[in-house]
Amino acid sequence: MRLIIDLARGMLSRRRRQTLVSVLGVALGVAFFIAITSIMRGFQTYFIQQVIDVQPHIVIKDETRSPAPQAAHMAAPDGAVAINGVKPVDRLRGIRASGERLAVLEAIPGAAAAPILTGAALLRYGSRDVTITVTGVDPTRYARVSNIEKDMLSGRLEDLRATANGLIIGDSLALRLGVQLGDTVVAVSPRGVSLQMKIVGLFHTGLATLDQSAGYVLLKVNQVLQDRPNVVNQILLRLGDVTQAEPLAREIEARFGERTESWEEQNRNILTVFVIQNAIMYSVTGAILLVAAFGIYNIISTVVFEKTRDIAILKSLGFTEGDVQLLFLAQGLIAGFLGAALGCLIGQLMIEGLAQVRFHTETPAGNDRFLLARDWRIYAIASGFAMASAALAAVIPARRAARLDPVQIIRGAA
Amino acid sequence: MSTPAPLLVAQGVTKTLPEGVTLVSDINLTIDGGEFVAITGPSGSGKSSLLYLLGLLDRPTSGRVLLEGRDTAALPAPDLAAMRLARLGFVFQFHFLLPEFSTLDNVLIPIRRRAALARPAAEARARMLLDALGLAPAAEKMPDQLSGGMRQRVAVARALANDPVLLLADEPTGNLDTKNAAAVFDIFARLAKEDGRAVLVVTHDAELARRATRRVHLVDGRITSDEKN
Repeated sequence: MRLIIDLARGMLSRRRRQTLVSVLGVALGVAFFIAITSIMRGFQTYFIQQVIDVQPHIVIKDETRSPAPQAAHMAAPDGAVAINGVKPVDRLRGIRASGERLAVLEAIPGAAAAPILTGAALLRYGSRDVTITVTGVDPTRYARVSNIEKDMLSGRLEDLRATANGLIIGDSLALRLGVQLGDTVVAVSPRGVSLQMKIVGLFHTGLATLDQSAGYVLLKVNQVLQDRPNVVNQILLRLGDVTQAEPLAREIEARFGERTESWEEQNRNILTVFVIQNAIMYSVTGAILLVAAFGIYNIISTVVFEKTRDIAILKSLGFTEGDVQLLFLAQGLIAGFLGAALGCLIGQLMIEGLAQVRFHTETPAGNDRFLLARDWRIYAIASGFAMASAALAAVIPARRAARLDPVQIIRGAA
Repeated sequence: MSTPAPLLVAQGVTKTLPEGVTLVSDINLTIDGGEFVAITGPSGSGKSSLLYLLGLLDRPTSGRVLLEGRDTAALPAPDLAAMRLARLGFVFQFHFLLPEFSTLDNVLIPIRRRAALARPAAEARARMLLDALGLAPAAEKMPDQLSGGMRQRVAVARALANDPVLLLADEPTGNLDTKNAAAVFDIFARLAKEDGRAVLVVTHDAELARRATRRVHLVDGRITSDEKN
């Protein structure tokens, strides 16, 4: 094997400049692959991290995935039943007896659960009216499933308990209403209930929708405001292991019947965008490597053409077709390996260069630079891909070399 | 290494090209160790074709070639390659040295391919061969730094690398001047006489052929005479 590699190196050394060009082609392909993957993966990981961080991992909703079956359907499961014009039923929507469910959910290792009741309300202060989403929470439980405590500018979630009808709102909303900590606003729900509420805390999450139109009150207070006594409409779950969210959500839904969504399901549109984004990225870098592979094909073909005499003598000396094929395959792999190694180096330099870039924009999360994934696996994938395409490119000329008939070549050379 | 069977036997060897041209026809030949055989004949008489058939580089259309009693007709290509590697050595009119490798490395190629010797022993053997052919000072030189006669001697050294029982040479002196040609033939004579190898040389030079111990004359692909000294 050492001999084959020595011979391959010797043959390539005769075509140094051409080899260098093919190697550079592979190197650029690998480098771009590494740099682009690093940027994309970095951004995607950051994004998913944010999603996982901000949102509960599993949400149990007060609805079922499909409407309840009608009695006629149940009576004749195989019959041809047609039902039209089903009348609306007035029913108090929500998850009742949430306590039992909570006990079951909290038995999951590493899990924290919080029941909430959300609903719309109109906040009125002076001449200002702003519609917000009010979330009724149990401060202790809610703190365990969300980061709101971290985002508090003043006051704490627990302060909701200390004040009758306490309300926590985002800083942007406070600015819009023109209220300050300690001020009292009027909240009116769509059911017509009106409550006086005192601002006991302000938060800033960086997400405009939350900061401008979300408010937190005690669960009981919202049950009164929304006129939905003793029910919650969501149970939020946070897990120790986020990868378990999807299977766990399916299990919970099967058990309780309520529609249960994992963070993956809730963000499926974004995750799908990532899949498409990745597909585009891989096709572009794949195309670069394809061009590089043609370069390798070119150099190996040239060497085979130039080295017919050497191939003939090696065969007459007792080299098999397999040996000859391996000899040229090895040349492709050497070019691929050099390209991959050089490409990893250039890729690393590109990443270091990208890391120096600063954007002069004020983003909510305070990021002004590329989010780069520095993962050795990206280098491994790029190198593996380059080596594989180099080997593939060398196979055709290598087979041609293996099939050359030494007798004809020796006759021709004499 | 004593085998009761003759070293090389050709039985009714015939080679016809797909286009219908017959290169050699019904060749019967037995060669023993220690023989120095010259194959002579006019251009196009099938000398080289016969050499390639006897050297297992080419397969006969009909008939068979036995090397050391082993019928090679039915052997797959890798087995023939293995026999060429271990038992045969070739020298051609053109030296066919690999231009990127030194004299020593060229001689080492077959030894390393056979992988029967460790690297130091392989190198020692290659140097010994070069020394025996008066090439010791040229061991580290590249082929393009050598004269034609020296290159051909390096090719002989390479052919002898794995201590073959049969050395086949196709017009080995075709590109050499008289003095160098005579030197190469002297080497062949010595190899047959002293080492007990069989040496088979194709040449159109009747003068040189006389140095062989046996002359096989070919006309139109058939043996017309076979005389020994």
